[in-house]
Amino acid sequence: MIPRGFEYFAPRALNEAVSLLQQLGPDAKILSGGQSLIPMMKLRLASPPYIVDINRIPDLNYVSEANGSLRIGALVRESDLEISPLVGSGYRLLADTTKVIADPLVRNQATVCGNLAHGDPANDHPATMLALEATIVAISPRGEREISIRDFFTGLFSTALQPDEILKEIRVPTPPPRSGGAYLKMERKVGDYATAGVAVQITLDEAGVCQRAGVGLTNVSFIPLKAAKVEDFLKGKPLDAAAIKQASEIAAAESQPMDDIRGSADYKRDLVRVLTARALKQAIDRAKGGA
Amino acid sequence: MAKIEINVRVNGVEHRAEVEPRLLLVHFLRESLRLTGTHIGCDTSHCGACTVVIDGRAVKSCTMFAAQVDGREILTVEGLERDGKLHPLQEGFFQEHGLQCGYCTPGMLMTGYAFLNGNTAPTEDEIRHAISGNLCRCTGYVNIVKAYQYAAARLREGGV
Ligand SMILES: Cc1cc2nc3c(=O)[nH]c(=O)nc-3n(C[C@H](O)[C@H](O)[C@H](O)COP(=O)(O)OP(=O)(O)OC[C@H]3O[C@@H](n4cnc5c(N)ncnc54)[C@H](O)[C@@H]3O)c2cc1C
Ligand code: FES
Ligand code: FES
Repeated sequence: MIPRGFEYFAPRALNEAVSLLQQLGPDAKILSGGQSLIPMMKLRLASPPYIVDINRIPDLNYVSEANGSLRIGALVRESDLEISPLVGSGYRLLADTTKVIADPLVRNQATVCGNLAHGDPANDHPATMLALEATIVAISPRGEREISIRDFFTGLFSTALQPDEILKEIRVPTPPPRSGGAYLKMERKVGDYATAGVAVQITLDEAGVCQRAGVGLTNVSFIPLKAAKVEDFLKGKPLDAAAIKQASEIAAAESQPMDDIRGSADYKRDLVRVLTARALKQAIDRAKGGA
Repeated sequence: MAKIEINVRVNGVEHRAEVEPRLLLVHFLRESLRLTGTHIGCDTSHCGACTVVIDGRAVKSCTMFAAQVDGREILTVEGLERDGKLHPLQEGFFQEHGLQCGYCTPGMLMTGYAFLNGNTAPTEDEIRHAISGNLCRCTGYVNIVKAYQYAAARLREGGV
């Protein structure tokens, strides 16, 4: 399968990329990992006339902590995240998520930022970033701006990014003490998108009462879903078995799955229920210092 | 569309070429350089038959443009053998019967090459995770795992 022809640009600096995007106009497409864009171009579901390859821009591959948040640069691959000790120790939800994305070969190329920029509700990072309350940093000829993840996903394959904006960095707030998170995904086989997935991030107080809860759902809606009703329900409650059960039922009701090759809507809704309960239990264990 | 110039090192040999931007890396390797050891299985980014190693990382060459490898270093299955001697992984596949039809084998070898470079004492579980992006429709994977273990042992003893 051969994509339609296009003109290729490989800027060597961020400001060069920004001005290129401005010159080329809204038909230009950014290429980062290429693991979503290139398959779509091969199938001719996308035929951009201009490709701006950002892979040669220096200083965009970093995972670091600063000013109370984890910063993930535009060229961080999934496999970089997977081996980052910082992520493995302090951001378990993120570590869980990256491990179940695609397969190891795809993860060597695919970027975390591209995973969000693609705006695909079947991708795994959107739910996780919604649970973590991440902030998106975008750069364009108009300068830099921050976008709350809540406002980022605007439709199927659409995001708040303008055509001339580059997603430069994701910022994930560093979880306070007594926090824990987990991502659980049901997939038919390695490399498949989720039949359903659930991301949970919680913070407990000293008595075990839930102070903060973030819950995101994968591939059970047209737009990556923040399960706000579950979050509201959990806040201020001691997270005992009854609360977990009730929360999982609310999550199932909040999901909006469709029948497709991965299963019926009813089946997926029930999966959301089961996965939410399991993810919550694991997040609580981790918040209490367990594995 | 205007062609662009790329300079790339493949199996230790420098190549300079003019390529159409839409040319996929796998076609560049197979058709321009005539290195047909790299296979096309699915052409939809799922099977891993097209795996090559770029600057130490195993990636799918059907999901990359040749234009992207300008200035980079590529290893394909043809580059594994050195001075007429098989790489321990190739020897492992031979000794442990790690292939039947052989279609997945180049990809399995390249994934294994990058994987064992970072870990010469892998557990079976680690090996199975490492090959989870490479599909084999013949062997049932058992002997591929054994071939990796054979190679890991050889590499620990100080093989190439
Ligand atoms: C076989 C296979 C299985 C997969 N399975 C999964 C899975 O289970 N879960 C999952 O989450 N994903 C999966 N993916 C998708 C993969 O993770 C993609 O890589 C990811 O969706 C996009 O990241 P990318 O860096 O490859 O982006 P690209 O493909 O390069 O780009 C995707 C889109 O985002 C835009 N874009 C990319 N980077 C930026 C940026 N920095 N700023 C602005 N716009 C940008 C591009 O213009 C394009 O429109 C799979 C892919 C394959 C091939
Ligand atoms: S041919 Fe590249 S993954 Fe199948
Ligand atoms: S040996 Fe035939 S596909 Fe693996």
